[in-house]
Amino acid sequence: MAGLFDSLRARRPRVDRVAASAASSEHWVKCSGCGTAIYRPIFLENGKVCEKCAHHHRMTAWERLDLLADAGTFQEWDASLVSVDPLGFGQEYLDKLHSDRERTGLSDGLLSGSCSLGGIPVALGIMDFNFRGGSMGSVVGEKVVRVLEGAAERRIPAVLVTCSGGARMQEGMLSLMQMGRTCAAVRRLNQVPAPFLVVMTDPTTAGVAASFAALGDVILAEPGATIGFSGRRVIEQTIRQELPPGFQSSEFYLEHGFLDRVVPRAELKDTVAAILGMLCVPAEVRR
Amino acid sequence: MILEVEKPLLELERKIRELQEVDRSAGVDLSAEIRLLERKARQLKESIFQNLSAWDRVQLARHVDRPGTLDYVAHLFTDFVELHGDRFYADDPAVVAGLARFHGQPCVVLGHQKGRGTRENLARNFGMPNPEGFRKAGRLMRLAARFGLPIFTFVDTPGAYPGIEAEERGQFEAIASNIALMSELPVPILTVVIGEGGSGGALGIALADRVLILENSVYSVISPEGCATILWRDAARAEQAATALGLTSETLKRLGLVDEVLAEPLGGAHRDFEGTFRTVQDALRHHLETLQDMEGHALLDARYAKYRRMAVLGEAR
Ligand SMILES: [Zn+2]
Repeated sequence: MAGLFDSLRARRPRVDRVAASAASSEHWVKCSGCGTAIYRPIFLENGKVCEKCAHHHRMTAWERLDLLADAGTFQEWDASLVSVDPLGFGQEYLDKLHSDRERTGLSDGLLSGSCSLGGIPVALGIMDFNFRGGSMGSVVGEKVVRVLEGAAERRIPAVLVTCSGGARMQEGMLSLMQMGRTCAAVRRLNQVPAPFLVVMTDPTTAGVAASFAALGDVILAEPGATIGFSGRRVIEQTIRQELPPGFQSSEFYLEHGFLDRVVPRAELKDTVAAILGMLCVPAEVRR
Repeated sequence: MILEVEKPLLELERKIRELQEVDRSAGVDLSAEIRLLERKARQLKESIFQNLSAWDRVQLARHVDRPGTLDYVAHLFTDFVELHGDRFYADDPAVVAGLARFHGQPCVVLGHQKGRGTRENLARNFGMPNPEGFRKAGRLMRLAARFGLPIFTFVDTPGAYPGIEAEERGQFEAIASNIALMSELPVPILTVVIGEGGSGGALGIALADRVLILENSVYSVISPEGCATILWRDAARAEQAATALGLTSETLKRLGLVDEVLAEPLGGAHRDFEGTFRTVQDALRHHLETLQDMEGHALLDARYAKYRRMAVLGEAR
């Protein structure tokens, strides 16, 4: 067992390059919300949330895993599933896939597996924006389906943390069809029944928002995340006017009735565990 | 609307009509010349329509004169009773839906509806549904399932409408709910992509036991213009994007994402409505017969298995 986790840890990128790219120096990070310089160790300790303005910066899938999974319980699934270039988009795309794999320590835009979360066994999937913008192609779709099917088989909850601009354009219609197969897999999980909980993080839009992410039994979102179907620019071009600030945010969709709760990162794990704890009634009690 | 690719053909056809006019009115016998030109026109038509590029197909799929959902409803179905509204907020004219009979069999039929001409297009919002359109479709599909009726859907949309109100009323939820619903209704669902299959707005009524696509229809994850803007920051390279996106009927069939490609009459569906209706009718009839023999459970298992396969995966190492 120890060996497994050593190898897992080895796959994690050593430096936090994402935060590093936004940093003014190695030790300081500039908040993308208010511009304040934050001492990196503090920034990481606070789960990448700004102390001053509470801006929630994006997490890598590995960081999110540390936030949600009980220490030492994660077993990764489908770590060797990788994207190919089914439409022949070209070498440039293949190179980008390769460098994203290197950079993120992920096989594609979703990290998945089983773990316990607040003591509850769950099937967990976490999208990572650093891998092709979290876009959903065949591999992400397949891994989402396997999380949902795996949860259904084991009769445990599925938790999916979304972070995606939408479809993987380079896979053309194959990527659109991932919407269909993930939605179908959610319905199979519903029939078990096993709980399906979605955590929308920044951003959750287009093909991911309009498929499995919208179908959670409970849908939580992080504060200030961009959520929606159409891109801001496309809407502005269509209606020929500028959109108000806060349009398509978590708070906007909470107000319009499409989210259950907006949950600050510091309370996320406890909230998820509390909800799942109440939905995971043993079968013999449920009748 | 005249497409670039059709121009030489239309020019030749105009010449033939002129000669026929002279032949008739002036009493000059031009029948030999006319026959010659007609043969030439036939050859030209063949050479044009057997070598269409992906971009030509996008233009044909968007052709204003291409038969739309209501044309198919009028010619393939009888007793159509249009039903309106999503019972929540509004009636969306970009989606038409109702009860009808297909060869005597009661069914639910629905589809995106574009308009012909500016006024009708504005009324129909260019066939781009708001959430209410998807919800109306969902409501009637549930009705169909409750009464064991097959469902026919016709796809012809640039996409779901990108508007402020559409987002406020949960465009993403409306689409996702319909897709999920279509995966669990135990009645036959048959979809025909008759024109433009625009991304999630198309899929929102298009998860089906059989997805058929007309030869010159296109079905794409993003518009070629949108793709070109994102990839190369240049909408003018849409032609190149159309090729790269693999949005033609042949590519979709090769990838196993549609079940059958329906051949269009030479010259395209917009030049021969009757021929197109016959093809679509025969195909729907054939597939409905097969599906009606299946039990609800078998139907759902087969549907799930079909979508379960739609991925191209690689293994590392
Ligand atoms: Zn800040």
